[in-house]
Amino acid sequence: MVGTQHGATMARRRRIPGQLVRLGILFALLAGALLYVRGRFVPLTFGELGHYRAAAIGTLAAQSIRFAGMEACAECHDDVAAVKQRSYHRGLSCEGCHGAASAHVEDPLASTPAIPKERQRCLRCHRYLASRPTGFPQVLERVHHPVKACVECHDPHDPAPPIPPSECAACHGAIARTKAVSHHWSLDCEQCHAAPAEHRQNPRAFLPKKPTERAFCGQCHARGSDAPVGIPRVDLAEHGGRYLCWQCHYPHAPEGG
Amino acid sequence: MGKEPSGHAIDETRRRLICELAKLPAATVLLSLTGPVRARAEGDEETDEHHYAMGIQIDRCIGCGLCVEACKVENDVPDEPFYFRTWVERYTIYEDGEVVVDSPHGGRDGFRPRSEDEERRVLRSFFVPKLCNHCDNPPCVQVCPVGATFKTREGVVLVDSDYCIGCRYCIQACPYGARYLDPRTKTADKCTFCYHRLRRGLLPACVEVCPTQARVFGELEQQASPLHRLKRFEPLHVLKPELNTDPKVFYTDLDGVVR
Amino acid sequence: MNPEHLEALRSALDKVTGFIYPNEIELHWGLLIVIYPYLTGLVAGAFILASLEKVFRVKAVEPTYRLALLTALAFLIVAPMPLQAHLGHPERSFEIFLTPHLRSAMAMFGFVYAWYLMVVLLLEIWFEYRADMIRWRGRARWPLKAIYGLLTLGSSDLSPEAVAFDRKAVYAITIIGIPSAFLLHGYVGFIFGSVKANPWWSSVLMPIVFLFSAIVSGIALVLILYYVTSMARGKVPDMACMNTLASFLLYALIVDLSLEVLDFIHRLYESEESIEILRELIASKLFISLTVVQLLLGTIGPIFLLGFARFTGLVDELKRLAYLIAALLVQVGIFSTRWNVVIGGQLFSKSLRGLTVYKLQVGGAEGILVGAGLLILPLVILYGLVKLLPPWDDAPAFREAPAAGAAAPMAPR
Repeated sequence: MVGTQHGATMARRRRIPGQLVRLGILFALLAGALLYVRGRFVPLTFGELGHYRAAAIGTLAAQSIRFAGMEACAECHDDVAAVKQRSYHRGLSCEGCHGAASAHVEDPLASTPAIPKERQRCLRCHRYLASRPTGFPQVLERVHHPVKACVECHDPHDPAPPIPPSECAACHGAIARTKAVSHHWSLDCEQCHAAPAEHRQNPRAFLPKKPTERAFCGQCHARGSDAPVGIPRVDLAEHGGRYLCWQCHYPHAPEGG
Repeated sequence: MGKEPSGHAIDETRRRLICELAKLPAATVLLSLTGPVRARAEGDEETDEHHYAMGIQIDRCIGCGLCVEACKVENDVPDEPFYFRTWVERYTIYEDGEVVVDSPHGGRDGFRPRSEDEERRVLRSFFVPKLCNHCDNPPCVQVCPVGATFKTREGVVLVDSDYCIGCRYCIQACPYGARYLDPRTKTADKCTFCYHRLRRGLLPACVEVCPTQARVFGELEQQASPLHRLKRFEPLHVLKPELNTDPKVFYTDLDGVVR
Repeated sequence: MNPEHLEALRSALDKVTGFIYPNEIELHWGLLIVIYPYLTGLVAGAFILASLEKVFRVKAVEPTYRLALLTALAFLIVAPMPLQAHLGHPERSFEIFLTPHLRSAMAMFGFVYAWYLMVVLLLEIWFEYRADMIRWRGRARWPLKAIYGLLTLGSSDLSPEAVAFDRKAVYAITIIGIPSAFLLHGYVGFIFGSVKANPWWSSVLMPIVFLFSAIVSGIALVLILYYVTSMARGKVPDMACMNTLASFLLYALIVDLSLEVLDFIHRLYESEESIEILRELIASKLFISLTVVQLLLGTIGPIFLLGFARFTGLVDELKRLAYLIAALLVQVGIFSTRWNVVIGGQLFSKSLRGLTVYKLQVGGAEGILVGAGLLILPLVILYGLVKLLPPWDDAPAFREAPAAGAAAPMAPR
């Protein structure tokens, strides 16, 4: 076959080489197969809403609910909800302590949520941690009635302490403890911070005041004041320029000595 | 008749069917069977354009970890400390300037005092809840080779676990460490803003249980919402803004040391 | 859930230093993803070496031309296997063909691979071997006869025009093949380089560095195979060929080293936020694999060895031995390069505050045994290919007189 084609090659010079014909057929078959598979197997809802299976949204939306939400609890337990709504725990979801209760809402008798009474449950939020925001009520875990359960004195739905604390230290324990070992240990909080009565009920809306004049600290720290000897004095006219004293110094743990 | 969402006609008969079904008991189950339902939000006036976002107020977070626990319960996330849809980090900045970050079991069981804090002086310390930011320019969606993760019209980034091939490129591409591989399905997984709850007018589980309203959820366009108030009054930060992912989780009082 | 896997994660958690995001404890791209770029790098590098002869007319490396093509094919066949083994759902991997997400670099994989395999490599090998396969078919018995028949697609045209067309086709395909080879391996570098979330990976240089380390490893591999196969056949390797290979390897190594040093200097100079944790990474977790293995043993050592052997008056046997050792060191070095990129990028937290660990498993899909198997399998396939399509100049097929009537001589090139 090889030799006999020699004479005919002159005529065949313009024709497509045999190799390309064979390859062309092969590639056409492969491309056809690929297109067929492509058309057949792309998921039905793909591309309807974007480059994804639109059916996935339905699957994800159909996931079952575990937490019913505070409003759902209030539908039946309206008495407890009313009490809690006026208490310090108004922002705490029922399920935060009692666990996910959607099953209970569906069928109240089939599953009842837990009623946690151990200390660890409350300490989770209320044990003292330096990282918690100032003013959040915290207790020192090992000091505050270590043997008792919290619920013995505090009703979780109205957790105001049985004897309302008069000390600022009840919520501002860290500041109080810091101040107690500082040079200002003998100063009452109220001496510098005039706190409105509502502060205890709604702390962020009724903030205590801070001194607005340098002369305030000057009552003790200005030259020529009547304060006891040993308290550091400065010439208020020279010291500190335009700033109020507490804009540089931290009054709860002042430097010096 | 309300506004029609772009490119998707509302079926009037289906809408009426859904309204009827909603009156029956066990409505939630039946509603889920009828297919996509519009979420009910406050002030909703027949609009299909919800753009969900979350606000996190750092100065309110007490690090209780109820959000982490609730998320694991609501979404059936494996209990081990390697898989989190949301977690809480504690930042402790000492007087010498050193910053220490920890997140024991993601904060699921709350936190305990750091033993070092008794010796060293702490300058600042706070908690930072983290979760998927549901970015508007999500790098995870960009890199998915098959289209298994996507951003819905509401701006929620979801994963189609029936289509995901488990290549893990999205997990590598997320700058926030928000994704993990579900060991049971071998597909990528992450926070969904509790999409199944949003569709039924409920809040995400983490927002639901937060005792101090540190987590705030809402819609970006809605004029009256806790989120809108944050936008008006608070300087809002996002994580890693330089990466241009356009996150939709906004932080107030976010310290500069937070990554 | 696999309890051993959970146990491994638990023990990894104990070894974390500093802070990592809780989800980062599981390293997602392990040994298999280190092996994949190593394999495609060898494919691209071997092909580019082959193109040196075809397109750039470097006649000295002619003895390695066909061998390089077959090597590229053997490694290309194995290349998708580590990817399949790594996927959470390998049975869904065809989705990349069905619904490729065009914004994703990884989606390109299916098409780049298919293009390179079908349109470049297989086609080039086909045109290169077509005439010889026809001749071998003439002399073979069943089943080889049928196999050659299938491989030639039934073609039996040995006319000078057909053979000349073959040669032109090979030239044209090689021209297309060079950028295709760049694309095949460069896109892997882009997959890493475009991840802005990871400061170790995110770099414009990444595709370039990948490509040059691929060229280095490819040349070194063909050098090793040429040497080993020659010795196995009892032939002396052609010294001009070996010297040229060594020269090209040396030049490629120098460029590769320059790129890596450039990257290093650039990072230090810009001193971005990630510099601290990356410094710690290199000094602790990656010290051995980067400074010792990749740099010293894998790059600088071979440069000196090759330079010394090539340009001094050593006897040929010693030169060849030095080249072989250098090439083997290069293989180890390039594998370590892939390791340092893939694993290294996951050993530090995206919070830039901590480091974690990667524990290499022995068994299982991501274990050393599977990894070693994947590295050996291409050589096994290559053995089969070499038996089926001998790339040697002096193979019996070439020596024998052409069948009666053929006008043109049978030299394949």
